[in-house]
Amino acid sequence: MIKLSNAKLVDGSLVNVEIDQGVIKSIVKSSGKDKVEGIDGSGKILMPGLVDLHTHLREPGREDSETVLTGSQSAVNGGYTAISAMANTNPVADTAGVVEQIFRLGKSAGICDVYPIGAVTKGLNGDQLAEIGAMAESIARVRIFSDDGNCVADPLIMRRALEYVKTYDGIIAQHAQEPKLTINAQMNEGIVSARIGLKGWPAVAEEAIIARDILLTDHVQSRLHICHVTTAGGVELIRWAKQRGIAVTAEVTPHHLLLTDDLVENYDPIYKVNPPLRTERDVMALRQGLAEGVIDIVATDHAPHSAELKDCEWQSAAFGMLGLESALSVVIKTMVETKLMTWEDLSARMSIRPAQIAGYENQGRQIIEGAPANLILVDPNASWTVNRDNLKSKSRNTPFHQMQLPGVISDVIYSGNLVMKSGKLTVVNAELND
Amino acid sequence: MKSAHLLSAEDLSKDDALKLLATAKELATITDGPNKKLPTLRGKTVVNLFFEDSTRTRISFETAAKRLSADVINFSAKGSSVSKGESLKDTAQTLQAMGADAVVIRHGSSGAAQRLADSKWIQATVINAGDGTHEHPTQALLDAFTIKQHLRANESDLSGLKVLIVGDILHSRVARSNVILLNKLGARVTLVAPPTLLPVGVEKWPVEISYDLDKELPQCDVVMMLRIQQERMADSFFPTEREYSRGYGLNSYRLAQLQKSAIVMHPGPMNRGLEISADSADDVKSVIIDQVKNGVAIRMAVLYQLLGGAPIGARND
Repeated sequence: MIKLSNAKLVDGSLVNVEIDQGVIKSIVKSSGKDKVEGIDGSGKILMPGLVDLHTHLREPGREDSETVLTGSQSAVNGGYTAISAMANTNPVADTAGVVEQIFRLGKSAGICDVYPIGAVTKGLNGDQLAEIGAMAESIARVRIFSDDGNCVADPLIMRRALEYVKTYDGIIAQHAQEPKLTINAQMNEGIVSARIGLKGWPAVAEEAIIARDILLTDHVQSRLHICHVTTAGGVELIRWAKQRGIAVTAEVTPHHLLLTDDLVENYDPIYKVNPPLRTERDVMALRQGLAEGVIDIVATDHAPHSAELKDCEWQSAAFGMLGLESALSVVIKTMVETKLMTWEDLSARMSIRPAQIAGYENQGRQIIEGAPANLILVDPNASWTVNRDNLKSKSRNTPFHQMQLPGVISDVIYSGNLVMKSGKLTVVNAELND
Repeated sequence: MKSAHLLSAEDLSKDDALKLLATAKELATITDGPNKKLPTLRGKTVVNLFFEDSTRTRISFETAAKRLSADVINFSAKGSSVSKGESLKDTAQTLQAMGADAVVIRHGSSGAAQRLADSKWIQATVINAGDGTHEHPTQALLDAFTIKQHLRANESDLSGLKVLIVGDILHSRVARSNVILLNKLGARVTLVAPPTLLPVGVEKWPVEISYDLDKELPQCDVVMMLRIQQERMADSFFPTEREYSRGYGLNSYRLAQLQKSAIVMHPGPMNRGLEISADSADDVKSVIIDQVKNGVAIRMAVLYQLLGGAPIGARND
């Protein structure tokens, strides 16, 4: 039994909560100054655990940069109670065997839900469908399929994939990047790339695929999810699609809500990410899109890389940034402190809506009696300074190192268990590391 | 100079640049004499770290360093540990351990010189000898020196001159450095190229843009032709070599449109018959050989300034 007193829900009401047998046993009004039993929630916000639909865990294949266990620890440290492991591992998660392996590793880590995402095409090769049915019917019950890292560029393969997943109520999560327009691309194409001489990754390469896939989705009446939207034009296209009633959803990453392409100026590969950091104008459009709900959710695109893949010249460096442990704080900074969103909106974009899109039934639920107890407690008035050496991830490639950010997570309850208590992870199953 | 390195033409103020040109002029005078060698950098080690083949630039730096009595180590990526997958970091740390005072780096990646300078891998002074499609600041200095020598020998800067830079601006580190430096020195730059060879974002550069070489030629003082790499052909930047040459090549007809005093430049190596015809390259208006010669003097001046050599007057005799 876990008791929690005087916490504030995102709607502003004050509550005392009892958790038992993995569910919320009781929830009653609090004066805000009731006698504290169990965890003191005074001054803190209680909300459903965060849900990430875009996480790179690197296991199997690159266990030196992240494992399912360290990724889970990183997730809990960032307030996530569910994460979704992208398919671009080695071997690729394109068979029932691999997705079941990842699912089991998540279960044995046991501190948050780990849902595997299946590849759309075999080995992410872009020209032959992976065994989508076998992955959907495996114990991992895969519902999201993505070749993320690669775009499903062939329009016919994309059409087939969109049609085929309808059997399983699946969804295709597209990494929108027209490959011919982005050969050797290094950063956003624009004023900065022209000056510093790096090959450009134009906005149109993203928008052309978004537009095409919206039309394909409409044509075959399926479901499309656009990964990591980065451009103002992309937001416009998705707004248009939603107005037409097309079943498209979209995500934005925390880093695209905060960082811009002028950071690339001194060629520090910590800012190398795909899709690339864009302009101030794009950042403002993404924030507006997220506030309006045109962009449904925030997803981290947590992409751990070992040190040598970033400690080199720009062109040799890997694309990607860590995200899990700073996501909530970056969203508070960019969306709540700017008054673009309320805490209710934040809870919707980072927990409720992602769980709905993916069909994670125990996640992103209302905080009511009988609901599964996946909850986090956040101090909205505290702040912290990001230190890459103190992250739970195995890697250190955060672009927010030494940045002071608002919002400190003190407690995380996963499936009724206190997996983070007073800012510290409670379960240290280091033996699972091997 | 405010910076300990020379990574970009942006590192130089107008005064820094003019001082380098003046130093180069003085050094050129001295080394034109019978004893070409000065003792100023005796005991210093200059490493030429070349990840791309560039015999011209390497021997220019090598000659410059040797005329200042520095020890020169040539480190070419081909056939070295670099070609076996050694990282830039490990190479840099190796050079650091060997006591390099300056590293002259040529690298295929834009920003490699800056990474070398910003990282804690090495303490040496870093001189950018061309990084990817970013910059080549000593080329811009030697071009400015050559322009001044021919057209503004007695003036303080390059005010009032109109310079055309013609060709593959998109991939040209020479163009980027020249745009920055020539502007600082008061010249007006016009870029002439087909739109495919101009970067998106060029509209923010302090230049005018033209697609029409014939229209620009009669008014310019300097025409700088850039090399067209063979591989651009395969990437459809223009339909054929001949069409490019017809639109943007310098030939005898176009040469005749130039003002009498105008000069023709090329950073080399030239594709004779493509961006420049043989007769244009060898015409009296061509100062291409002067550029090569001035390159040594400019690089001596840069090494001298950055490595803090003894006063120039001290001769080795």
